[in-house]
Amino acid sequence: MTEILKTEGLSRYFGAVTAAENINVTITEGEIVGVIGSNGAGKTTFINMVTGYLPPSKGSISFDGKPIKGLGPRKLMRKGLTRSFQIPQLFLELPVIDNLSIALAAAEHKQFQMLCPVHTPERLKAAEEILEQMHITEYRDEMVTAMPQGARKLLDIAIAMLGKPRMLLLDEPTSGVSMEEKYTLMDTVMEAVRARGLTVLFVEHDMEIVQRYVTRVLAFASGVVIKDGPVDEVLADEKVQELVTGKQHKPTASGGDA
Amino acid sequence: MMKADRTELSLIGVAIAVAIAAQFSPNWLVFTLTLAISTGLVVMGVVMLMRAGLVSFGQGLFYCLGGYAVGLGGRFLGITDALVLIGLGVVATVAIAMILGLLVTRYREIFFAMLSLAFSMILYGILVKSHGLGSTDGFGVVDWTLLWFDSKTGDSANMALMLAIALALLIALFLNRYFKSSIGLACEAIRENEVRVEYMGISRQQTLYINYVIAAAIGSVGGSMTALAAGHVDPTMAYWTISGEFVFIAILGGTGHVAAPFIAALIFTLVRTYAIELAPNAWQMILGIVLLLIILFLPKGIWSLFTRKKGAAS
Repeated sequence: MTEILKTEGLSRYFGAVTAAENINVTITEGEIVGVIGSNGAGKTTFINMVTGYLPPSKGSISFDGKPIKGLGPRKLMRKGLTRSFQIPQLFLELPVIDNLSIALAAAEHKQFQMLCPVHTPERLKAAEEILEQMHITEYRDEMVTAMPQGARKLLDIAIAMLGKPRMLLLDEPTSGVSMEEKYTLMDTVMEAVRARGLTVLFVEHDMEIVQRYVTRVLAFASGVVIKDGPVDEVLADEKVQELVTGKQHKPTASGGDA
Repeated sequence: MMKADRTELSLIGVAIAVAIAAQFSPNWLVFTLTLAISTGLVVMGVVMLMRAGLVSFGQGLFYCLGGYAVGLGGRFLGITDALVLIGLGVVATVAIAMILGLLVTRYREIFFAMLSLAFSMILYGILVKSHGLGSTDGFGVVDWTLLWFDSKTGDSANMALMLAIALALLIALFLNRYFKSSIGLACEAIRENEVRVEYMGISRQQTLYINYVIAAAIGSVGGSMTALAAGHVDPTMAYWTISGEFVFIAILGGTGHVAAPFIAALIFTLVRTYAIELAPNAWQMILGIVLLLIILFLPKGIWSLFTRKKGAAS
């Protein structure tokens, strides 16, 4: 398997506070990796450093064998690394179709076109296809403000996917989504991810979601990776149970809490 | 070949209708219309910036540059052709906007507004101190020509209006496409969420920079047209209250349509003219009340009256 993302000694300090310390992670192409940890464990800091949102204080990051430390979100996106957000980052006062069309224009490097309409038949078709794939077609002409949280999450992820990434980092895709909706949402996302053959790294608090959708887990606590391995092995680890999932969590063969 | 849409056909129709109606209109109305169209052009630049989330209190800078380019071109370079003079203004303005844009487009909100105001006031200060350019009094624009037309012998007010209509139409047609294009939508996207824009692979800096320079060029055309119509330029063109008026008109019209700045500029010019006539000492208060009413009842500007009607009909 080809190595796609590698971090070595990745650290981030905010004054005297250590948000992330010596993170060494290697992700291979096609892996679906979960990132778990309690609040303030360093998960989002890690994602933010990898996606250029936050410069690391120390360490190195390479994507597809090339160093990417110091590159901003725009350059990383062009290299095939992008993300979605815990709070969906959308254009709230624009219709959903405009949100998608501008993403498509950007993906085609045609964001500076001045005289051609952004809504070309090809872009509209591509936008409609992804709306259908994400099961949010009904919102096509609605303002984003009219969408429920789950649909916004899906739109946020859809926009990230339109950039034709090779690796997608999802920051808490099910946060703020109702219990009934979260599996439907994750099924939809994973189906789209598999269809594109993407490598995925996603931060998640819900252990049921983690057990169901990932094969490998990175467990964070106090800014360091305390365990990295197959999902059942990590969730069964005593330290992980003590610091992340809580003692009561017992992984089962079928997934979900016992 | 790009087809003309309904908006473009309407703009062409309205431009032709205004040009014909002007032939039967009194001189004062022709002059008022020319000034309103010229102001509408500058406001169009303000609207471009507002669509990207930036409010400029310094668009008077480019308005003044356009005006002074016409004045100086005629006076010192001996140029009389109106189109060449306007072109000279655009070139000078674009050159300056390309330098200033590198700095100002890094700022947002009040910082952008104040920085743009500051540059405009610097120009005002320079012009006020330039005795060779008439200091606070400014100076007169030389007689101009346009193809076969000579303002010395012909009806210069009417010709200035025809030129203003033609230029405004061309710019409105361009902006109608621009607002619906990738960069036009990217500007709106920047106003909504800069983080997402960057993660889409779009440079917000470059996008805003291009938008800023185009807005400046259009503002310059408005200034040049004002100078040609009024036959005079003075430093108040760069004064901050003039820039404030442009923002006022932009709010009055709204950012929803390319025609909105022109309608708002005409309403503003007429309200101001009559307010001065009716209450010479309190006309600013009348304008203030009009703006308050607009903000209260039509927060998206006068143009929202048309979109509301359309929404109700559908």
